[in-house]
Amino acid sequence: MDKRELTCIICPRGCQLSAEASGEEITVSGNLCPRGKTYAINECTNPVRTVTTTARTSDGGVVAVKTASPIPKDKMAECMAIINSCVVKLPVRVGDVILRDVFGAEIVATQNKG
Amino acid sequence: MRKIDLVIVGGGPAGMSAAISAYENGIRDMLIIERDSSLGGILQQCIHNGFGLHTFGEELTGPEYAWRYEEKVRELGIPVMLDTMVLSIDENRKIVATNERDGIFEIEAKAIILAMGCRERPRGALNIAGTRPSGIYSAGMAQKLVNIKGYMPGKNVVILGSGDIGLIMARRMTFEGAKVHAVCELMPYSGGLARNIEQCLNDFGIPLRLSHTVVEIHGKERLEGVTIAKVDERRRPIESTREYIPCDTLLLSVGLIPENELTVGAGIEMSRITNGAVVDQNRRTSAEGIFACGNVLHVHDLVDFVSSEAEIAGRGAADYILGKSERDTKNIEISTDGKVRYTVPQRITNDGDVDVYFRVSDVYRNAILKVCDGERVILQKKKPKFAPGEMESVKLSADMLRGVEKLTLSLEI
Repeated sequence: MDKRELTCIICPRGCQLSAEASGEEITVSGNLCPRGKTYAINECTNPVRTVTTTARTSDGGVVAVKTASPIPKDKMAECMAIINSCVVKLPVRVGDVILRDVFGAEIVATQNKG
Repeated sequence: MRKIDLVIVGGGPAGMSAAISAYENGIRDMLIIERDSSLGGILQQCIHNGFGLHTFGEELTGPEYAWRYEEKVRELGIPVMLDTMVLSIDENRKIVATNERDGIFEIEAKAIILAMGCRERPRGALNIAGTRPSGIYSAGMAQKLVNIKGYMPGKNVVILGSGDIGLIMARRMTFEGAKVHAVCELMPYSGGLARNIEQCLNDFGIPLRLSHTVVEIHGKERLEGVTIAKVDERRRPIESTREYIPCDTLLLSVGLIPENELTVGAGIEMSRITNGAVVDQNRRTSAEGIFACGNVLHVHDLVDFVSSEAEIAGRGAADYILGKSERDTKNIEISTDGKVRYTVPQRITNDGDVDVYFRVSDVYRNAILKVCDGERVILQKKKPKFAPGEMESVKLSADMLRGVEKLTLSLEI
């Protein structure tokens, strides 16, 4: 495989990473912490993202939600469609599970409402 | 007139953190005054993640970060007055405020912490030519409409300004089904974090047009399109590069202005660079017993830094009220060379270690930050890159500051 230049998205520092594959091994450089290495390897093998959005609530408004763990990057649009098709019953508290197993992640509320 | 030891103006991240810090430093008679109907300030609409890595060691969304502080405020029993607007304060710490229940009322405080945050620069500040149709929003306004009200402001979007709010809104609008045609940035570099360019633009193939600006707005009732153009090194549009982009929505993410009407009204010394008060290492302003912290003092990149700055102000105000503040033993003014645009604090009035925060005015590569007392270099720090979008800090120990009269921060390329 070739060499890839990446920007780490794990923290606000935004390290410029280089990932180079030789056989099974992926060598990462430019990372200032171990999480950068994990990010680069994921990015080359199975890129993932945390999705943060809102879901409709039973009063017609919205409440902020997120995937409790990152999901595959190419499933973000489908994940949005699933969240947008549900209605959250009020009241809801930070951490309440809204949906289970959306591409392996729970959708949880990140806001109190009602 | 009601008398309270400490009044905190603003219940956002700065106000809540300052209040908790003051409580932990011995203050009980206090009040947070907030004009909105809930605590949390702007964090309530910042539903994306990336908050709290410094403060909590984990990645939280804005509302989650706010909730951690709100829970603590409640647990400590710190009184909060919501839906209440402070109209004025004076240098004797008399506060005039108003709400629906109490009408207009006055409070006399022993100390005040200013934590009013900032607001967005509007279209009027940019002088873009053209008509005045609907469909033009500040990015934060659009964020509120989408994330709090649940309305989409439009379908085909151009964003002017690549600060973090602009980048975050590019992704947010895309998630909700809009097409973001371009993010234009006047400067040759983005003011936003590298991670946001990656995860908000590159992930979705949204073009970032550096050295580009919007030169004309088209449409009668509703926005129909914008003309963008490349700018030269003096930021003047180049006529031959004009390009029309049809769109129904233009989001402006063109800077934040600390909201300092109350500060100015109290006659407090202001910095023309930060548009906030001039403060010392305890975030004490030029007015006796009045402190300031958070985005009202200078615009921060990360809420984590707001929280830690507010802790300093909370402790400073508590020490002042309890008579524990030491008398000023020095008066070191901190100046900058222009490449370093500003520092906070701007002066040091006492012994002890001081973290000096600063921001640079352009992108500088392989530069050395020098902290000097006249000709004498006290400290230097080399970095591969300094950028305006990233607040930096340098720690000055009490030892380094001994005998110093005037400090200068400069960058050597």
